[in-house]
Parts: sequence; C-alpha cells; structure tokens
Amino acid sequence: MPRITINNQVHDIPWEGRNLLEVCLDLGYDVPYFCWHPAMHSVGACRQCAVKQFRDEHDTQGRIVMACMTPATDGTIISTDDPEAVAFRRSVAEWLMVNHPHDCPVCDEGGECHLQDMTVMAGHNYRRYRFTKRTFRNQDLGPFLNHEMNRCIQCYRCTRFYRGYAGGRDFEVLGWHDHVYFGRAADGPLESEFSGNLVEVCPTGVFTDKTLKEHYTRKWDLQTAPSICVHCGLGCNIIAGERYGVLRCIRSRYNDQVNGYFLCDRGRFGYGFVNDEERIRQPLIRNERGELEPCTIEEALWKTSSILRHGRAIGIGSPRASLEANFSLRYLVGEENFHHGMSGRSYQLVREMLAILQQGPAPAASMSAVAQGDAALLLGEDVTNVAPMLGLALRQNILRQPTREALRLPIHEYEDSAIHEAIQVGRGPLYIATPDVTRLDEETPNTYRAAPQDIARFGFAVAHAIDPAAPEVTALPAAVQETAARCAQDLLTSLHPVIVSGFTCGHPDVIHAAANVAWALRRRGKPADLCFTVPECNSLGVALLGGESLNAALQAVRDGTADTVVILENDIIRQMDVDLAEELLERAQHVIVLDHLPSPTTDYADIVLPAATFAESQGTLVNNEGRAQRFLPVFVPQGDVRDSWRWLGDIMVMNGQRGCETWCHLTGVMRLMAETVPALTGVTEITPPPDFRLVGQKIPRQPHRYSGRTAIHADRTVHEPRPPEEVDAPLAYSMEGYPGQPPASLIPRFWAPGWNSGQAVNRYQSHIGGPLKGDSGGVRLIEPPPEAAITYFDHIPDAFVPREDALLVMPDYLIFGSEPLSARSPAIAARTPRPYLGLAPKDMERLGAEEGQVVALLVTGTCYHLPVVARPALPRGVAMLPAGLGNMVALGLPQWGHIEVKREVWD
Amino acid sequence: MLSDTERQEIEREIVHYPRARAAVAEALMVVQRHRGWVSDEAVRDVAALLEMTPDEVEGIATFYSMVFRQPVGRHIIHLCDSVSCWIMGQETLLEHLQRKLGIGFGETTADRRFTLIPAGCLGACDLAPVMRVDDDLYGHLTPAKLDEILERYP
Repeated sequence: MPRITINNQVHDIPWEGRNLLEVCLDLGYDVPYFCWHPAMHSVGACRQCAVKQFRDEHDTQGRIVMACMTPATDGTIISTDDPEAVAFRRSVAEWLMVNHPHDCPVCDEGGECHLQDMTVMAGHNYRRYRFTKRTFRNQDLGPFLNHEMNRCIQCYRCTRFYRGYAGGRDFEVLGWHDHVYFGRAADGPLESEFSGNLVEVCPTGVFTDKTLKEHYTRKWDLQTAPSICVHCGLGCNIIAGERYGVLRCIRSRYNDQVNGYFLCDRGRFGYGFVNDEERIRQPLIRNERGELEPCTIEEALWKTSSILRHGRAIGIGSPRASLEANFSLRYLVGEENFHHGMSGRSYQLVREMLAILQQGPAPAASMSAVAQGDAALLLGEDVTNVAPMLGLALRQNILRQPTREALRLPIHEYEDSAIHEAIQVGRGPLYIATPDVTRLDEETPNTYRAAPQDIARFGFAVAHAIDPAAPEVTALPAAVQETAARCAQDLLTSLHPVIVSGFTCGHPDVIHAAANVAWALRRRGKPADLCFTVPECNSLGVALLGGESLNAALQAVRDGTADTVVILENDIIRQMDVDLAEELLERAQHVIVLDHLPSPTTDYADIVLPAATFAESQGTLVNNEGRAQRFLPVFVPQGDVRDSWRWLGDIMVMNGQRGCETWCHLTGVMRLMAETVPALTGVTEITPPPDFRLVGQKIPRQPHRYSGRTAIHADRTVHEPRPPEEVDAPLAYSMEGYPGQPPASLIPRFWAPGWNSGQAVNRYQSHIGGPLKGDSGGVRLIEPPPEAAITYFDHIPDAFVPREDALLVMPDYLIFGSEPLSARSPAIAARTPRPYLGLAPKDMERLGAEEGQVVALLVTGTCYHLPVVARPALPRGVAMLPAGLGNMVALGLPQWGHIEVKREVWD
Repeated sequence: MLSDTERQEIEREIVHYPRARAAVAEALMVVQRHRGWVSDEAVRDVAALLEMTPDEVEGIATFYSMVFRQPVGRHIIHLCDSVSCWIMGQETLLEHLQRKLGIGFGETTADRRFTLIPAGCLGACDLAPVMRVDDDLYGHLTPAKLDEILERYP
C-alpha cells in the first residue's frame, strides 16, 4: 500500500497506478484542474493542477509537477499549498482567462461552471489583461446544443469525449495557435448520440443545453431530485430539475454500475413530454354527447369506483409504469384479472430473458461490466439506437484489449494521450450480427448481415465452436462458419467476454443462441456475462410481476367474463394488432385509462385519470440487468395530476376494498408488494424510508441559494404558501433541511463548497470512478443460482428463405423517434426522420421500386404508404420499417408484409 | 471533383502508409499544388477519397499554416517573425514590405501577385532575417535586397 505525504500529512492510499490529482481529490484536497476528467483521465494540457513535489524529506527546494501526470508512488512527498505552486496555478488561471469573456451573467453555465469554480480555487480574482480578445463565429449545432466559442479555454475535453470516448467523427479541433476552434467543418446537428454530454464535459459555457435555454433557470434556482430515465430499458440515473412547474433539464446522475458520468441524447433531451401542452391535467368523463369533458377528482373517483363495484373489471398494466403502479392495479382488479400490458411477442421475449438470467450460469451484465469486458458478440441488436448508452459502454469494451497491450509499455493507464497513441486503430474483438448496418460497425471488420433466423444460427454455431456439447448447426455457408469459428476463438482468448442480445429481432431463437454462447463460454471457464436489451423502462419489472397477456384480456372481454378495462399508462394500440386493440376497447362497456398524455387508447376511454410522469411521482423501475432503482418526485404537478398508485388506492378506499388502508403511503404499497411477490423482495432496500432523517432533518430539494422563493406566487398572492408536504420520501419541497451529503440514492444534486458544477461528484464518490459513498446503486434482483446446470437450447431454426410474394418486415429502431414519450419532445422531434421503408437493392430491382418512390406496404393488418430508401447491406427478402414513427406499430414485427409499387413520387 | 491527375498523385502517396487517411496532409498539398489553394469542395473530395469525414480533413487542413483554405496570390511570401529574425531587424523588413505592397499579414495584393504570411520559423536562423517566396529561401535580407528579389516574381 503506497504511503504518500501531502502538505506534511501522511496518507496510505489503497493501490498503486493512480495519479496525484485523483489521490488529492479522493482525500479532499482542493486541487484545480480543467483537462483531466475522471472518465477520460489525464493529458496534462491545461497546467492547472500544478503541485510541488519533493525528492525526499531533505529536499527543501522541490519542483513543480502536474498532479494529473505524476504517479502516486510509495514515498511521494508533495505540497499543494506551497507558495510557488499556488502562484503558478494562479498564473495559469489568469492566462486561461485572457480571452474568456466577462459574460457570466448572461452565460447559461453560470452557477454551475467549472471554470468559475477553478478560477476562484486558483485564486485569480483580478484581471490585468486590457487588450482585445479573440472572437469566433459560432455554429448551429442542431436542436440540442448552443455553441459559444468565445468562452473556450482550449482544454480539449470536448474532442477527447466526442471523438476519443464516444467515437464521433463530425467534430474536430480546427485551426491552431491562438485560434483553436472546436466545431464542425460546417454548421449542422452533431451526429453523435452522446453529444449532449458536452454540456457537462465542457468546463465552461461553450456547449450548453439548448432545450434548457427555452426556459432557462440557474442551477441554484432549480428544484431537483434523483430520478431514473424512462426512455429505454437501461435505467440510466438522472437528476431532473424543475422551476415554476416546468421540467427544465435533465443532468446525468453518476452511478458507477449503470451510466457512469454520461447520458445519451434521447435521455437528456427527451423530457419535453412532461411539459407538453396536451398533458391531461384534469380527470375527464365522457358525457352524453360522447365527448370527454373535465370533472372534479371526487366525481371521477365516485364514477370509477361505482363502475368497478358493479362491473367485472380487468386491469392492463404497463412496462413503462412503476412497479408500485402496476402492483396497485393488480391488487385492485385481483391477480387473476391483471394483464401485463406488453405485446405478446415482447412479453414472450422478456420472459425468455428472465428465465435465462434466473436459471442459467451467466449473470446479467451491468453497463459497467460491459465497459470493463474485453470482447463482445452482438446478436441482433443495433444497440446505439435501441439502448444507446450500451453502445457507449461497448465502445470502451473494445479498447480494453489494446489498452492492456499498450500498458506493457512504460506508461500509466491514466495517461490518455499516450494510451491512444499506442493503441492507434487497435480494437478488441467485436462481432456484430444484425439485419442492417449499425453505428458500431466502423469499429470492427466482423459484421454479419442476416435475417433473424440466420443470426440465431450464427449464434448457435459460435456456441458449438466454443463447446462441442452445444448443438451443432448444419448446412451453414462456409463464410459464416468461418466467422463463427473466429468469433469463438476470440471470445475464448478474451478475459471477460460479453454477449449482447435483445428484443429487436423479435425472435426467441436469437436470445437462446446468445444464452448458448454465454453458457458455452462459462463451461470453458470464461466469466461470460449476458446483456439483453428490453423494450421499455420497466419491462423486466413487469415480467417479474407477471400477469396475463393482452390477448387474454381481449378474450375475457369477448366471452363476457369482463366488461370493464382499467388501463394503466399504456397505449395498448401500440402493443397489439390495431384491429384487436380496437375490438378490445370497443367491446368493453367501460374503459378507464390512467395516463399522462392523450393517445389513441384514451380516445376510447369513458374516464381518463391524469397520471403523474416520472418527474412528478415516485416508484421503482427494474432495468435490463434486473437492477431495481427508485425515482423520486421532483415537483408537485399542476392540476389534478397524481401518482397512478394513488388514484388506484383511492378507488380501493372508495370501494372499501380489503387492505386498502395500505395505500395511504407508498412505503406500505412497496412493503406489501415485496411480501406478495418474492422476486421483488429487495425493492424496499433501495432508498431509506420516508421517516429517514439526518440530524432530525429532511433532505432539501432546493439548494440553499434558491432565490425568489417568496416571489414565486406573487402574481396570485403576496402570502407565501406553505410548501407542499412530502409524506412518501425523506426529501422536502424546500430549501431548508440537512445541508450535508445525503445517502447516495437520495442525492438531489451534486454540490459541495467551492464545487458548483457537476464536477462536485468527486466529493460524493468513495474514490474517483468508484461507487458513491455508502451506496448500493440500486438492488439487483436477479443473480444466477450458485450451481446452475447448463441445458443448452437445442431448437435451431431453419435458414431464412426469402419469399417471392412477401418481405420480412423488421422494426428499425431509431434513437430519435421510436420511443413514444421522448418523440413528443420538440428537440427530439426535430431529429426524427420522416417515415420510410428500407429495402435491399435487389428487392428494389425485383419490385421495380426506385429510391424515394412511394410504395404501399401491407403489414400487421395496416397499409402504409412510404418512400423507399435503399439499404445496400440489408439481406434480400428483408425490409426495415422505422419503429414507432407516426402510427407505425413496432412490437408486432417482424412479420411478412406485402408491397405494392405505386406510380407516384414522394414530395 | 478531383482531377484524374490529382487523384493519381494522391493514390501514389497513399501506398506509403498502412492506412489511406495517413496521407491526408500530402493529399491536401497535391490539391494545393494544382489549384493554389484548398476549397471547401476539395476538402470534401479528399475526405471521400481517404474515407474520412470532412471534419477530420478540415482539422488537418486548418492545423497546417501551409495549407491555404482561401484563394492566395500567385506568389506566397513567408516572412519569418520568430525571435532570431526579429532581433536581426525583421520589423524594418515588414514595414518595408507592407509599404511596398500595400498589404499586411494575411492579405493579398490587388493584382493577386503576392500574399504575405508570417512564418513561425523557417529553420534558418543563421541567415536571419529570412523569408521564403514560394519554394525559395532568402537570407540576410535588407530592404534593398527585398526589392530586388521581388522583381524576380512577376
């Protein structure tokens, strides 16, 4: 254990190979820095973290070193407060500030600016420079980011993130000398799916959140709470901020096991639906004229409960609603009348994944495990579009082997530019088998374009090549066989392979093949992990809860065992065939819908109850890894909007249902759920209970500098109303409360004295890059049994045979547009493409269709008119239909579809 | 569009490297040799040929001061403004040049005969003060000598 001396204090540090800056920050010393970033490590460019190092205890002179570039080895003696080091840092801050404008009051970064913090920390407080500053013309970088280059201090973090970490190729360092410019060759939206992280990566206000600018609020004026992203199944941790009843921005909330420091652009900019003008804010009842008209909460509850009292009700849950809301519905209608609300196909797939993870020997990989792995096989998943942050994790995975190789040179792992220089274009093994091209293709030569059946066959072949006991695939083309053998070899020679698959192929065989590969590797002694993507933010949670299918719901309505349907936060028309969904909704005598926004399903409702979104409610979501995580309410919604579990609880109370008293508090519901459903036992442990106090105080959602509190209601009353009371969480809607660090799962924002920007996270981590202090980071509900036996899946599908009369229509999932809630957000809508139909050139030729020509596609009982887009890589006989755009249903795909070419040109 | 000659010359450079993109600086110089400067369109064409993005090519093109991203005159004067030349009287030369040509650094004469550009160092401090006109190096400069040299470049 290295022992080092800092400012005459002796410290034992846990392990070698770290740099002095990390160690100083870990130990709580304030050393300013710019170019170093905990995820991207050191380049020694900004010279801001200078400290003085001494040869030994007799050395009185010492020399200035850059903390981020100097290893913390045993016997190191440094001083952070040596006058020469202090003067050096002050000078560095001064010349970094030479060209920086004095525009903090109008800068969006102000109040959460790392440059402000570091300038103060470095002690530069008087500007001597009196001359002209260099100025730049800014670029339009699309709907997500503002660009203000004059503020740049040339730390290079943006390109190091965008290019080095996230693999973007349309953003560069331009110019030289005093005119270094960070931007694109020409104006235009940044193409990377992770561009929004520049907001947090940039230490100053060059890149700021354009959606926040629409309704700007300073960090110190935001009411914030810890939350979970609802826009895919990965469960990234977020901090959501509100002011005046409007959700203003989403920031990344560090979780070392899940999203690390970052978020994808869908998660960061997809929050607009919460503020949507069409939000349902009052209960609605259908009147005699057949229109939905607003009513009071009491009327709605009275009407609903009377319908439920007299009718035979079934409930339809939702994979995007919390466990608590789903459980409340299940309790209300009874377990046998609860339907999970997922499409038949996606439920089947998620159940398959669940069984594989619960019974097999390969555990579910956290995103950090994916990033730490050193080889990967992707079966059927275009992860960057389906579960974007998984793509970012895989980009780290493929650097693992070349980094290991580079570390044989006398360089440290934290020396980022040296590592990149040594790696060059070296990449670890990555095999991608998908129907069409993916964003990760440019990182690997090993891609295989095929229909789902063939992807499964490829996977089975890899498994057999790893372990001959796994079933063999016969009649595989020689080239595919060769790739499979090479893939098997690469996975076997890696240390920690990760097998990624999921729902997008819609084929259980693909998932089985992934399981076979992981299990075969386990049998050969490789600690292989499985990583499955799931359709929605709580798909796995709802699968753990169980329930009947939507078809069973239809059956119940058809045969009259049910006459009332209660639908929880779900547009079932997206989950099943449109005809069947409409039949279900039409046949039911009463349809009661709880949701945030009007949807085709609410059009059929007799009663609509306004349900709170993630930002206004509390609940538990289970991500693709089986990790249960809690989101806490950020603000009290306007109007009659309430948590779904509370609506359902109140209906039970109205009806005097047995056990309804539990629904007074969420904790009771949670506890009952954990007792009733054994798989969910861990969920009560995620956050401290509502009566948790620190020094007798709650944790404030508002920072202690929250301004204008007494004026917020001044347009209505001069009296300051009592803040809303919070009974379900130990957080307060107030600036008063415990000022120190709360338990990790309750952190409403990262802030520490002297650290106003998000970089304050280093004060919350047990060590740089490690877990937050005293936190589990969520509770994993699924672990493999200790002595799991391996029973290989042995159903190998036949090879795909293209049909002459039809095309296999596959869902083309898009990061912007396929997820319905984020798609309503203006910034995301601006990046959503127009609907299209992707065809292989050979099929276009056969059909006589040209690029851009509108064709009619008949699939899953619906006819679409779509312009054709050529997809050169697509296998013959397969077509790609963008999922979720417009009225396009995705969860029923893949299906055979018929195409008719019309003679007309798309305008 | 790159001309066939340009394309062939660039391809001849590519073979020296393990990957095409490593030849980007040479490719830009090829274009510049033929056209005098590198236009936005040329940046895109070079990018397509080397399987790079225009942004990546632009990063290289704007890094090297010898790659001209704007049209320049028929002859380029690189006047060294580093410390050795400055000690040896570069300022007098610059004043003389500016007066004579009527342009400052980064500008081109109205007849498009000369473009004047500062050079960080031309690696010839023993001859200071120095300048480069096109590919020719001139040392021990004086205003009189300057006048005489410029006459050689019509």
